[in-house]
Amino acid sequence: MFDRLTFRHGVHPPELKQLTAHLKIRRLPYPKEVVLPLSQHTGKPAKPIVRVSDRVERGDLIAEADGWVSSPIHASASGTITELGLSPHPDGTFKPALYIAVEPYSAQLPRPRLVPDWRGLDRDGLLHAVQHAGVVGLGGAAFPTHVKLKPPPDKPIEMILVNGCECEPYLTTDHRTMVEYPNRIHLGVRIMMKILGVSKVVIGVERNKPDAVEALERTRPADLDVTVLPLTVKYPQGAEKMLIEAVTGREVPSGKLPLDVGLVVQNAASVGTIAEVFETGLPLVERIVTVTGLGIRKPANLIVPVGTKLRDLLDACGGMTDDAREIVFGGPMMGAAQANLDTPLTKGTTGVIVLAERECKTQDSYPCIRCGHCLDACPVFLNPQQLGKLAAAGRYDEMAAAYHLNDCMLCGCCSYVCPSNIPLSQQFAAARVALRQRKPAA
Amino acid sequence: MSDARYLVTASPHLRSRDSTPTIMWSVVGSLMPVAAFAVYYFGPSALLVILASVVGAVGTEAAWGKKGAVRDGSAAITGILLGLCLPAGLPLWMAVLGGAFSIGFGKIVFGGLGQNIFNPALLGRAFLQAAFPVALTTWPAVENVPWWSLRGDNFALPLMGSRVDAVTTATPLGLMKFEQVTTPIRDLAFGTTAGSLGETGAVLILLCGGYLALNNYLNWRIPASIFLSVAAFTTVLHLIDGARYPTPQFMLLSGGLMLGAMYMATDMVTSPTTNRGSWIFGVGIGFLVVLIRLWGGLAEGVMYAILIMNALVPFINRATQPRVFGTTRAKAAA
Repeated sequence: MFDRLTFRHGVHPPELKQLTAHLKIRRLPYPKEVVLPLSQHTGKPAKPIVRVSDRVERGDLIAEADGWVSSPIHASASGTITELGLSPHPDGTFKPALYIAVEPYSAQLPRPRLVPDWRGLDRDGLLHAVQHAGVVGLGGAAFPTHVKLKPPPDKPIEMILVNGCECEPYLTTDHRTMVEYPNRIHLGVRIMMKILGVSKVVIGVERNKPDAVEALERTRPADLDVTVLPLTVKYPQGAEKMLIEAVTGREVPSGKLPLDVGLVVQNAASVGTIAEVFETGLPLVERIVTVTGLGIRKPANLIVPVGTKLRDLLDACGGMTDDAREIVFGGPMMGAAQANLDTPLTKGTTGVIVLAERECKTQDSYPCIRCGHCLDACPVFLNPQQLGKLAAAGRYDEMAAAYHLNDCMLCGCCSYVCPSNIPLSQQFAAARVALRQRKPAA
Repeated sequence: MSDARYLVTASPHLRSRDSTPTIMWSVVGSLMPVAAFAVYYFGPSALLVILASVVGAVGTEAAWGKKGAVRDGSAAITGILLGLCLPAGLPLWMAVLGGAFSIGFGKIVFGGLGQNIFNPALLGRAFLQAAFPVALTTWPAVENVPWWSLRGDNFALPLMGSRVDAVTTATPLGLMKFEQVTTPIRDLAFGTTAGSLGETGAVLILLCGGYLALNNYLNWRIPASIFLSVAAFTTVLHLIDGARYPTPQFMLLSGGLMLGAMYMATDMVTSPTTNRGSWIFGVGIGFLVVLIRLWGGLAEGVMYAILIMNALVPFINRATQPRVFGTTRAKAAA
């Protein structure tokens, strides 16, 4: 019966997690410089409140949120602001960022501060603390957490789903967090329950992480209605809509959010970060990152200051092998390839994967043979074959109007299975950008 | 600033192992036992006919197809499949011509791989049947001939009359239709009957196609629905008048049904992309096969049944669009 706990369609890429699944989380030494882009989250970029040559301590606010759907940025290391300028951004563009020259030999101690006591705070107080700690979703999209934790009053929330699937190959960030800090996850759950006024929580973990299931079970607080639910291993189970289907059997209606079906989904590492805010009083200034792939000499799970440059991170992991070919931020299915070693890691960077030459399949493309494998793979039941045909012809409006382009999650399943190696999800992303740019003119 | 040493490609950065050439050459490989059985059973003539149609198909692709298209293996499949639905005694020039027609008019004129509407091998066979109706229905006898003997005038010159009088016979479907003689099921299952090269040996074809289905290189729903619909229609008819209509097992195992269902109808390019559409497609083929075989002027109807359903594939696809996640069926259609 439990084998049925999954969603329909999807793919089974190689898991590739054995490189780092057993490695304890270590702390990365502080780099000489950190670069903090003002836009590390979904929503408006933060507004800087410091000036060049200002001295900042680790944890100081350096850029404040611009409105509700935004998030503040804090100094991830003590040092001096050297520049407010453009920096390469993980999304492939250059974006405004604050540069901090990290003080050498610093103990990196934060300013003495009041650690908020979650027991004594009410919902608004807790939410305020989360918001001002700059907590965002650590699963990749970096959606501001406080927004998710304050659903509109007309949408009752009945259950919290903690997303411990980590369905992307290679990544072990959430895995190690659940294994090493299960108590922190349970504390985060407790705080979320209090904020949302919800009494039921399900933690969904894929079956390839039995040690995480065991750790969460062992530490499960007896007074809470928390279920640790092992799920069948399949990609993209960690997508909100897929996880909801796997656990509850419900389909989130097209164009709607999880809260429309009474659910809030939060990634496991983010839940841990919520707890950290109340354990240490520190805002989100560091995160756990998996550095892995056949192109890196010493794969590791590391606690990394936000804003650490890719170059420094790779050096700390023994450097790249001679046949390293492609560097990806995030998982290999949805992550973005990086061309610039000066790109900083941001709050949403789940992992850094260095792919070796032999892993990069730069194979030839063939014409579509209408095999229909993409239709069997698409977790939201689109027709990627037809969408691909329309994309190649530039018929973007038809893609959106007749073939539900906007329901596509860009999970990459269609591209993954396509025997003709047609870059389907890439075409869909491009079509969406083109449509968005066209809209204001219309 | 950026380092040209690093590759920057769009996600996903992993790909499944299947590629179009892998699929195509796997189909070619899975057809080898079928071809080998044809040679074992029909002698060197079988090998000659299959090779001739492969030469016609691959040669045409190489000469007029897109550059490098031969390597994807699809022309080789067309050649082998065409060869397998020809009689052993066919003059080789006809087989070459058929192969050339299959690729030239069945594929290249549509724009090459993935663009054609009709199964190229069947289109080639339909052409040959229209052009040379007698040669295409001259079935060499299967008994009392030495293995090495040619089963017809394979080396006849183009447009010249036949010089060899081969011993010929009728196929099980012909016997059933025109002489009311039923061939034993055992002979049908294990291939000891007259017919086209790949028409005989139903069990072998089922095994080879099954290998492809297990690898997801063919959509099992298509053969399954063809078999189910042929079985259903003939069972009803057989129950109504057992003397006039053959048994379902005879209909399933005779003629080109097995080869057609496993290898021709499942051609990815010319079959529906949706799974619901595949069921409709298969049921339609099964229905048409029974219709043509029992009431049409021809003994065999698999070829036309598949070609007719090929023509309907765009409509089937349109009518069976998947229901998008989080929508209801009615909304999706609107």
